[in-house]
Amino acid sequence: MAFEGLAERLQGTIQKLKGKGKVSEQDVKEMMREVRFALIEADVNLKVVKEFVKNVSERAVGSEVMKSLTPGQQVIKIVQDELTTLMGGEQSPIKFSTKSPTVIMMVGLQGAGKTTTTGKLANVLRKKYNRKPLLVAADIYRPAAVQQLQTLGKQLSLPVFSLGTDVSPVEIARQAIEHAKEEHLDVVIIDTAGRLHIDEELMQELKDIRSLKEPDEVFLVVDAMTGQDAVNVAQSFNETVGITGVVLTKLDGDTRGGAALSIRSVTQKPIKFVGMGEKMDALEPFHPERMAQRILGMGDVLSLIEKAQANVDMEKAKELEQKFMTQSFTFDDFVEQLQALKKMGPLEDILKMIPGANKMKGLDNVKVDEKQMGRLEAIIYSMTPAEKTNPEIINANRKKRIAKGSGTSIQDVNRLLKQFEEMKKMMKQMTGMAQGKGKKKMKLPGFNSLFK
Amino acid sequence: MSFFKRLKEKLLGSEEVQKEQQEELNESPLVEEETTDQTTEEQVSEEQVETTEVVVEQQNETVETEPVVENEIVEVQEEVKQEKKPSAWSITQKFKAGLAKTRDTFTSKVNDLVARYRKVDEDFFEELEELLLQADVGFETVMELMDKLRFEVQRKNIKDTEGIQAIISEKLVEIYEAGEENITTLNMQPKGELTVILFVGVNGVGKTTTIGKLAHRLKSQGKSVVLAAGDTFRAGAIDQLQVWGDRVGCEVVKQSEGSDPAAVIYDAIGAAKKRGADVLICDTAGRLQNKVNLMKELEKVHRVISREIPNAPHEVLLALDATTGQNALIQAQTFKEATNVTGIVLTKLDGTAKGGIVLAIRNKLHIPVKFVGLGEKMDDLQPFDAERYVYGLFAEGLEKELEKIED
Repeated sequence: MAFEGLAERLQGTIQKLKGKGKVSEQDVKEMMREVRFALIEADVNLKVVKEFVKNVSERAVGSEVMKSLTPGQQVIKIVQDELTTLMGGEQSPIKFSTKSPTVIMMVGLQGAGKTTTTGKLANVLRKKYNRKPLLVAADIYRPAAVQQLQTLGKQLSLPVFSLGTDVSPVEIARQAIEHAKEEHLDVVIIDTAGRLHIDEELMQELKDIRSLKEPDEVFLVVDAMTGQDAVNVAQSFNETVGITGVVLTKLDGDTRGGAALSIRSVTQKPIKFVGMGEKMDALEPFHPERMAQRILGMGDVLSLIEKAQANVDMEKAKELEQKFMTQSFTFDDFVEQLQALKKMGPLEDILKMIPGANKMKGLDNVKVDEKQMGRLEAIIYSMTPAEKTNPEIINANRKKRIAKGSGTSIQDVNRLLKQFEEMKKMMKQMTGMAQGKGKKKMKLPGFNSLFK
Repeated sequence: MSFFKRLKEKLLGSEEVQKEQQEELNESPLVEEETTDQTTEEQVSEEQVETTEVVVEQQNETVETEPVVENEIVEVQEEVKQEKKPSAWSITQKFKAGLAKTRDTFTSKVNDLVARYRKVDEDFFEELEELLLQADVGFETVMELMDKLRFEVQRKNIKDTEGIQAIISEKLVEIYEAGEENITTLNMQPKGELTVILFVGVNGVGKTTTIGKLAHRLKSQGKSVVLAAGDTFRAGAIDQLQVWGDRVGCEVVKQSEGSDPAAVIYDAIGAAKKRGADVLICDTAGRLQNKVNLMKELEKVHRVISREIPNAPHEVLLALDATTGQNALIQAQTFKEATNVTGIVLTKLDGTAKGGIVLAIRNKLHIPVKFVGLGEKMDDLQPFDAERYVYGLFAEGLEKELEKIED
């Protein structure tokens, strides 16, 4: 039922290629078929897929693939690179008006998440850009939309401008801009009502708001789960209202998000932010390379690394590295690692970011037992300082005591000791390798054995 | 043509009054058929075929411009009669009006596919495949359908496209219905007993709006309805349901924002029982299906309902946004595991999205679509009609293809 990523899809084709000395055009064609399937299953629009496959094929049939030792990997790489370029290399920040206030309009279909994103965006503007935003409730159609924005405003302690539901949105926007000038608020974010792109009347309304004062940004808010229709929506909004950027919402779901590619290729407008959760701080900048990997079902390694980096104290990590090299990694360090891991958030989320994790037998539906981690900690806390630094001294008697002290069994203690030994061994290898190459390392030892 | 005949009859009715228009309508296919036959007989080369096609189209334009408009209106009026729902009329009209803008009716569109592809060959299948993929039907289901079609075409030795239309639609409906009875009615309890309907779905699909519309629908059927504001998470959700409650004229059981949804629904069951209501509709907060804790919360809500009333909830409706792509399949599966979904409400079908994924959902998970949402007004909720829906899946796609060619 779950969709296969491109890598898995290509497995079969690659297998066939293994014995061959050369890769023929026919082979590339076959691989491109798989690429096409993968992209369609990721909800990339069919026309965009066709165009894309054509471009990639041209590149792939050339010498690049032929000379490569692993044609399969080469193809994936070309596809991934091409996807990343297509989705826009540079991240583009928000454009602010030189003359205050800056006006930002939020437009989109119903239920895309405009109001929530308005709140999140205001929060980002205040925190990262040090601005004073004003939220404008211009959705007079959906019941309680105004209340929703007011509630968000209260949560964030930000001012919300509303005139009820009897005044036209154009008038609300006009007065809001005036109000912002008086109150010296420098960004006005207008939350408009959700509307269908084929609803001419409501689209006209957006044009009217637009013509009040040329907005500095018009963000199209799109649900990441959107299918083939994303193209139509993006195109009509872009043509009738004129958008300057896109916000992709609900990306914390498990959709591949092929809509991102579709929208990008029909509008040529940058995707500026992605919504990653229901909380008000869950708005992140868009990373094309991560999105490319996601669309191809390759996991989100970069986000994982970033998450790890954000939560691991660099000082401590260095210290730890030293310890690995000198073989003085102790149980105390192990506990520290466990805690760092816990700080990164629910393990299930982290697992999902590991490429292939969803494909591994038994891991696809694994509910990581956070209690098990607690148990490990308990065992370690039941050791004496001497035992922690020198696990070798732990004999049967000591094990008995530790098990009793931590409320676990001797088997549990044994298992932990064994894991710890294995981890040390592995770490030795890893640090050795890393030293040799002098490359960036992922400073999270013990990560792998935890999932065993 | 049997399927389309049936459909046409369904949409147009077979009353005497319409005869005139129908005759006019029938003219165009005739013209087309004739030309088609000629061209196949003559076996002209590719280029020549194309030029004749253009001629055919031009002929169509002149023949059809007038009748088309009339025809559209007739369809609308007839539907009103059939459904006996004056309120649906305006919506259907709106919907049809949108279609009319693309200046041809779908009768001629289908004929055009026939005109462009005289032979059932790989090109024809490929085109069809693309139409369906663009409606979000999804790869596997499309492949399955294509295999069935190819087999059928071989078996019946169909060479020209004339006969294939009916087969396409029949196979599509077959995939949807999959030998099962197509139930679109709600599982209502006998008079005097409370029917509990639970709404679930991801964020922003239109659960609350659909509840409002469903409440209105049930109310107009003479049922007394109570709503439970189980979305205690999203800002403004309770107010939103309250507004709908006021509009429709039914009571809303609610607690403050942030309270336990299971508790709200527990209260609501008590309140609905006490008032002797016929139906209790429970709203829940939108949640992405990969949030384990939120899905657990939903399971709890479900458990609480079953504990209070055995066999309840009698319906668990999954609201599904028609614009959603392949992720909808995972949504349906996960929500089914958590709450045993009994039906789907396909919302926002008034846009350009087709929600073709419901075919795959029905095919794989056997969840039927019960209602479709066609707008934001109270009466914009209609029972699902598989045949009409399936037809719409590729009717509009054809229009686009046509436009391209005409350009």
